[in-house]
Amino acid sequence: MIALLKRDLALAVRAGGGFGLGLAFFLIVIVLVPFGVGPQSELLSRIAPGILWVAALLAALLSLDRIFALDHEDGSLPLLATSPLPLEAVALVKGVAHWITTGLPLTLAAPALGFLLNLETGAYAFLLITLLIGTPALSMIGTFGAALTVGLRRGGLLLSLLVLPLYIPTLIFGAEAVRRGADGFSAANALVLQGGITLGVFAFLPFATAAALRVNLR
Amino acid sequence: MSIWEYANPKKFMATTAPVLPWVMWGAGVTLVVGLVWGFFFTPDDYRQGSTVKIFYLHVPAAMMAINIWVMMLVTSLVWLIRRHHVSALAAKAAGPIGIVMTLIALFTGAVWGQPIWGTWWVWDPRLTSFLILFLFYLGYMALWTAIEDDDTAADLTSVLCIVGSVFAVLSRYAVNFWNQGLHQGASLSLDAEENVADVFWYPALVCIAGFILLFVGLVILRTHTEIRLRRARALEARMRA
Amino acid sequence: MMPDLGKYVVEVLSAYAVSILLLLGLVWLSVRSARKARATLDAVENRMDKRNG
Repeated sequence: MIALLKRDLALAVRAGGGFGLGLAFFLIVIVLVPFGVGPQSELLSRIAPGILWVAALLAALLSLDRIFALDHEDGSLPLLATSPLPLEAVALVKGVAHWITTGLPLTLAAPALGFLLNLETGAYAFLLITLLIGTPALSMIGTFGAALTVGLRRGGLLLSLLVLPLYIPTLIFGAEAVRRGADGFSAANALVLQGGITLGVFAFLPFATAAALRVNLR
Repeated sequence: MSIWEYANPKKFMATTAPVLPWVMWGAGVTLVVGLVWGFFFTPDDYRQGSTVKIFYLHVPAAMMAINIWVMMLVTSLVWLIRRHHVSALAAKAAGPIGIVMTLIALFTGAVWGQPIWGTWWVWDPRLTSFLILFLFYLGYMALWTAIEDDDTAADLTSVLCIVGSVFAVLSRYAVNFWNQGLHQGASLSLDAEENVADVFWYPALVCIAGFILLFVGLVILRTHTEIRLRRARALEARMRA
Repeated sequence: MMPDLGKYVVEVLSAYAVSILLLLGLVWLSVRSARKARATLDAVENRMDKRNG
C-alpha cells in the first residue's frame, strides 16, 4: 500500500500538469470573481466562504479523470487488480494520493486567496479546518466517479456530471461552517456533520469504487 | 411458482403484453377524470384562489419523482444480486419518466410560487432537494447512454444508483440544515387528522392513481422496447459471427 | 363551462398546458421507440429466418 502511494505521488509530481494545474485554476477562479460581481469589499467578504469552497471543489474536479486514466492506458490497472493487494485498498490509496496532490495544496493555498476576497479575520481558521476535513471526501468521491468512467473515451465531462451532485453535502457543510465562523456563531454542528460525511465516505466508497473497477476490468 | 419466474424476458413480455393496453388506457381515463374533476369541478381555496388547481399535477408528479427513484434503487439491487436482465432494463426504462416527473414538479411548483410567494424560485430545502434529484437523474441517464456494453452499463449505473441514493438522502438533510424553508410540510399524509378538505382530496387521489398507472404502463412499454432492442442486437451479432 | 380562474389564469393554465404537453411528449416518444424497436427486431428475425430457411 505504501509503495503504491509513493509511486502515485511520484508520478503526479513528475508528470507535472495535474499537480500545479489545480492550484493555478483555483487562483484564476478566485481572481475572476471580483470582475464578475464588482470590487466592493463588503460584498466580497460576504460571499468569500462560498466562493472559496466552490472554487476549491472545481479545482479538485479538474484532476479526477487522471486518477485511473494513466493506469488504464499503460495497462497497470489489471496488474493492480491481480496483485495481492485487495482492490478496495487500491481505491483507498488512489483517493489518498489524489488528496495529497490536490486537496492538501488547495487547503494550504486557500487562506492566501482568502485575503484577495477580503475574508473575515475570524473565518481563516474555519476555512483551513473545513477544507482539511472536507477535501478528503471530495477526493474519495471523485475516485469513485473516476472508477465509473475509467473505460470511456469522453469520460471527463460525464465524470463532472456524476460527481458534482455527490459533492453537495460536503459543500453545504463546509461553506456553512466557514460562514458561521465568519459571523461569529458556533460552527461545531457543521464541522461535526462534515467530519461524519468524510468518515462515512472513506468507510464505504472504497468498496463501491472497487466494484466499479472490477466491472470495468471484466 | 415464484416472482422470479417473471425475470425471464420472454415470460415477462408474454405476461405483461396483454395487460399493457389496459394499464395505458386505464391511466389515460383516470388522468382525464382526475384532472377534469380537479380543474372544472373543485372550488377555489380561500387563500390561494384558483392556484390550488395546480396541485392536482404538482403533488402526484412530486410523489412519483421520488418513488421512481426508489423503484430504480430496488431494481438496481435486484440486478446486482440476482442478475435478472429485466430488472436492469426496467431501471433504465424508468429513468426518463423520472426526469419528466421531476420537471413537471419543478415547473408547476415555480408557477405556483410566483403568485403565492412572489418569486419563481426560492432556495427552499424542498425545492432545492428536487433540483438535486433532477441532477441525479441526469447523471444516471448520462452514464447509461455513455457505456456501450449492456451489462457493464447495467452494473455501473446500479452502483451509481445505490451510492446516489445515499447521497440524495444526505443532501436532503444537508439542505435542511442550510436553509429553513417556505414550503409547507407534506400536504397529503394518511395519519394527519386535519388534512386537505375532502373536495380537494378525492380528485387528488384520482390524479395520483392516474400518475401511478401511467408510470406502470410506461415502464412496461419502455422495458419491452429495451428487451427487443437488445435481442435485435444479440441476433445481429450472432449473424455476423 | 370554463371555471373562473380569477387573477391566476395564466399560472394555472400554463401549469396544466406544460405538464400535459410533457406527459404526452413522453408517451409519444415511448410509443414511437417501442414501434421502432419492434420493427427492428422483426426485420432482424426475418433475415435470420431467410438465412436459416
